[in-house]
Amino acid sequence: MTDTSTSKAATKSPQGLIARFLSDTEIDTRLLGMLGALALIWGGFHLYGVIFNNFGAFLTPRNLWNLSVQTSSIGIMATGMVLVIVTRNIDLSVGSMIGVIAMSMGLLQVEVLPHLVGLGHWSIWIIAVICGLIVGTLIGALHGWLIAYREIPAFIVTLGGLMVWRGMAFLSAGGRTISPVDSKFALLGGGPYGAVGATGSWLVGILACIGVAYIIYSGRKARVLHNFRLRPLWAEAFLTLVGWATIIGAVMLVNSYPWPKGIVRQYGAKIGQDLEGTFISHGFAIPVLILIAVGVAMTILVTRTRFGRYVFAIGGNPEAAALAGIDTRWVTLKVFALMGTLTAIAAIIASARLNSATNALGTLDELYVIAAAVIGGTSLAGGVGKIYGAILGALVMQSLQSGMVLIGFDSAIQRIVVGMVLVFAVYLDILYNKRVK
Amino acid sequence: MSNSGTPLVELKDISIAFGGIKAVDRVSVDLYPGEVVGLLGHNGAGKSTLIKCLSGAYKADAGDVYINGKKVVINNPRDARGHNIETIYQTLALADNLDAASNLFLGREIIGPGGFLDDSKMEAETRKIMSRLNPNFTKFAEPVSALSGGQRQSVAIARAVYFDAKILIMDEPTAALGPQESEMVAELIQELKKQGLGIFLIEHDIHNVMKLCDRASVMKNGQLVGTKRVADVTEDDILSMIILGKNPRESH
Repeated sequence: MTDTSTSKAATKSPQGLIARFLSDTEIDTRLLGMLGALALIWGGFHLYGVIFNNFGAFLTPRNLWNLSVQTSSIGIMATGMVLVIVTRNIDLSVGSMIGVIAMSMGLLQVEVLPHLVGLGHWSIWIIAVICGLIVGTLIGALHGWLIAYREIPAFIVTLGGLMVWRGMAFLSAGGRTISPVDSKFALLGGGPYGAVGATGSWLVGILACIGVAYIIYSGRKARVLHNFRLRPLWAEAFLTLVGWATIIGAVMLVNSYPWPKGIVRQYGAKIGQDLEGTFISHGFAIPVLILIAVGVAMTILVTRTRFGRYVFAIGGNPEAAALAGIDTRWVTLKVFALMGTLTAIAAIIASARLNSATNALGTLDELYVIAAAVIGGTSLAGGVGKIYGAILGALVMQSLQSGMVLIGFDSAIQRIVVGMVLVFAVYLDILYNKRVK
Repeated sequence: MSNSGTPLVELKDISIAFGGIKAVDRVSVDLYPGEVVGLLGHNGAGKSTLIKCLSGAYKADAGDVYINGKKVVINNPRDARGHNIETIYQTLALADNLDAASNLFLGREIIGPGGFLDDSKMEAETRKIMSRLNPNFTKFAEPVSALSGGQRQSVAIARAVYFDAKILIMDEPTAALGPQESEMVAELIQELKKQGLGIFLIEHDIHNVMKLCDRASVMKNGQLVGTKRVADVTEDDILSMIILGKNPRESH
């Protein structure tokens, strides 16, 4: 997605103010484009609500908080899908993998572990999470092995996986729904209890602000060390302030969404106090914090490690990567194993949020994940993609969906719109790339 | 050129076949320090295939490789690099989506504190070597797909030269270059020779062979026709070896 007005300014009048601003701050115009699209979608749905329903429901703390939780699972998988697509592969099986991983964790928590360690034991959720991560990683590694070492096209391997794992999810419990999951496990899915509250959110926010300042500072230090061109000081200050404002804004937003009255009453009864009418903030939901952590870790992996560099080299020119001594098969296997791990994290969040494991969990998720990565600027030709782009892409997809639910479009229309937006976004991307060249 | 003592590289009776077709059939060539050996022959004669057995891209079916008189086994490009063998491929073998520094250090990245890539250090090193090889080179931040043919070539050459190569393989290094850039490559070859490197040069242009090479090995249909000291033969001798596959000495 791209904001055509800024890219036009950047290419056609290099002396223009906007172009100067963009080159001094080194802001990615594609990022601006995606933020613009997001603003358009958010504002559009809100306005539609104001005009036709007499109430703009979109830009409310409640909706945005829910949106952030809904984005988590797709966003986490989309970061892995970036690497898969960058290496010129595809993974069609992630939705079905969610089903089978969630099912295995559900059975473990509900039917196996209570007999072994006792019902409601503290360790149940930890064992379930670890087992889920192992199952996901192994399934991904199996796909990767078939693709890299047995040279079966990724499309076929994961298309097979799409059917096999969905079938396994059904068979594992004979089609039953496994519910409810362990109460601590359920916190990983969000909800009033599955959020870190006002103080916790401020702590997260302060840490994030320190992180932003550190990134700007260490980047500048490295440039000074090697005598590279520096960003003007005002640009550094501007970027820091924008970062801080975004973080503080997000903290204030999630803190302004209170627990529902019923939950407050229930909580009050539990701790033996009368909390009637107390304002208790949700704060950041745990799945959102997981998404942020995954996003940061994946960004570091992609931009600062050998593995990430090799993934992109393979995507750019597999032959050159092999001639440079890179074990391209091993890297490919690891990419798919990582996709499996991330899918397991998404499965944890999805089943925790639902408080149950169903064999249909994650159906069609593969398409939303691929769409998120592609809308976020990942090129299906390989070699190009950004982690933050994929997360923003997931947010765009989820905003469209939840926005249409809010204004009362039924699911048939939702699919039509999402499908058209995907095609249109990729078209805009092609136009953008032509312009840049 | 005395060519006495131990050769830097000796390829002995190298054979490799693809699906029953003998691409290289019991070929032996050698290379001494400070020497340029030209590999000549038609397309499909087996020059590139032979050389890929040395650079680790292929594994020979039979035959031995000796480096400084010691027998070595080269299973992959990493092994070859371990023996200070650097290769500039005809295709340049660059990852188009990465910048010059990432390509130069591909597979041998500089790692900073914490085990993370030290990109600024790599860029600084790239700037240093480029200022020597191609002072006009300025596009350090762009992916190499945005570079001209000559600039891409200088990235590929920089990659081979930076890591203290002892043995350099150049597969048609001037094929995609203009006259001025070709001249720069020729000068570079002379300079590297002086530093004592041994260079295998795959080249189609017979004038370049006469100008740059000390010896020429001619191949045809996967077999070695013969190896001649360039000073002892004429252009026509070499051309007849390439075309007829016969050793001129036999007709004398």
